[in-house]
Amino acid sequence: MKWKKWLALSVALLMALMVAACGSSADQGNGDQQAASAVEAIKKRGKLVVGVKYDTYLFGYKDPADNQVKGFEIDLMKELAKRMLGDENKIELKEVNSKTRIKLLKGGDIDLICATMTITEKRKEEIDFSRVYFMAGQSLLVHKDSPIKDVKDTAGKRVATAKGATSGKNIQAVVPNVDLKLYENYADAFTALRAGQVDALTTDDSILMGMQQQDPNYKLVGEHFTQEPYGIGVDKKNKDLLEYVNKFLDDIMKDGTYDTLYKKWFKKDPPKDLPKDAVQKSPTT
Amino acid sequence: MFDFGFLEGYEQDFIDGFLTTIGVSLFALVLSLALGTVIAVFRISGVKPLEWFGTAYVEFFRNTPLVIQVFFFYVGLPALGIKLSAFLVGSFGLSIYTSSYIAEAIRAGIQSVPKGQMEAARSSGLTYIQAMQYVILPQAFKLIVPPLGNQFINLVKNSSVLAVIAGGDLLYAADVAGTEQDITPIYIFVAVLYLLLTIPLSLGVNYLERRWSKAGTR
Repeated sequence: MKWKKWLALSVALLMALMVAACGSSADQGNGDQQAASAVEAIKKRGKLVVGVKYDTYLFGYKDPADNQVKGFEIDLMKELAKRMLGDENKIELKEVNSKTRIKLLKGGDIDLICATMTITEKRKEEIDFSRVYFMAGQSLLVHKDSPIKDVKDTAGKRVATAKGATSGKNIQAVVPNVDLKLYENYADAFTALRAGQVDALTTDDSILMGMQQQDPNYKLVGEHFTQEPYGIGVDKKNKDLLEYVNKFLDDIMKDGTYDTLYKKWFKKDPPKDLPKDAVQKSPTT
Repeated sequence: MFDFGFLEGYEQDFIDGFLTTIGVSLFALVLSLALGTVIAVFRISGVKPLEWFGTAYVEFFRNTPLVIQVFFFYVGLPALGIKLSAFLVGSFGLSIYTSSYIAEAIRAGIQSVPKGQMEAARSSGLTYIQAMQYVILPQAFKLIVPPLGNQFINLVKNSSVLAVIAGGDLLYAADVAGTEQDITPIYIFVAVLYLLLTIPLSLGVNYLERRWSKAGTR
């Protein structure tokens, strides 16, 4: 029975690979965080290391045309590097996602997280957040001729969102008889909307705005029915860095830099009433 | 003990999903068998355009991923003014995909019946269709059954493609329930439900295979 041997061998090999994959993801701190002042440590190192998104259009995404990472959050962080280190290029961008970012920050691999991260009570127990720099909220994307004007109009209508996201639960909490359709990701959900398989798409407006810029036949409607304030994540032991970042955000909001960047990416004026402090609010919590 | 706590609040989703999976599978089983037979006949008809069509059909649908085909039907058909539910889109997509495999199984079965059988049938005055119906197909059938059975088992599993187009099948129900909890036990549960459908199918195919190999004829 030769095949049994081969089977046993391949199973053993597979398991060995899995163990190896788990082992190699151990934390590798770079030691700089031990310094008394995190800001001084960054200045000594000569570059700011920031965890950003590479896949979120308008916020942090890799432009396929020139392979550069671009977006509102990238520009914010470049401005920070410019004011802290005198050169906007003294920055190292590291790709993070919702699963890796807090681990990387606490392990010292990155100085800051600027990656569409909503401030939640639970996350505040683990890391510090800067003041709010963007207020996202769940909204609706519909065809420009759609009769849907507000979330209440989605009763009995087919509404798309992505699997694994809380957006579905949120809209069900507001409109219990909505006909929810879940897709593998937002790109698929948007394709279904454009094909007319659903009447609306719901998730954070930060994502919807990116889709709208891809296809102007679609528009955002209705008020936010959740509140998703984005903050910059800082390790709890780096209080001076947190203070520095907060002052930086206040400064750019006063001197107009923030407005310029906001208009550059979102093609509209920033909201006048951006709160300093806020946490996530949804109809399910 | 396996904890079924994840089912709470999603019971109806799983019941609907299970029924949808059965429904799509039955629908696609019948349609793919019909389509597959037609395509197989095209491929051995001796009429060149039909043969070309049959070959193109088989090679195209057999050699592209099912997920892409179904997604393409799902978003492409509305552009042509054809509005179908996800259930129907999924069933048709699955039928077309599976029929390309079934066509091959049937073609292989028919072609393994010696040529002399057809010649003898035709010279005794039967038409082509009659010769197929009464002489060739009955003999080919028992050669076709094992690969056909495999295709039907694949079809039941492949019906999970509906999850990609919000089709409300068993896997979709699992994804819905997995939004806010660990999806691992849910997938284990769903895998067992698929086994519940495929194992009887497997046993049935084995039974038929044994019976026919003994009898020699149908």
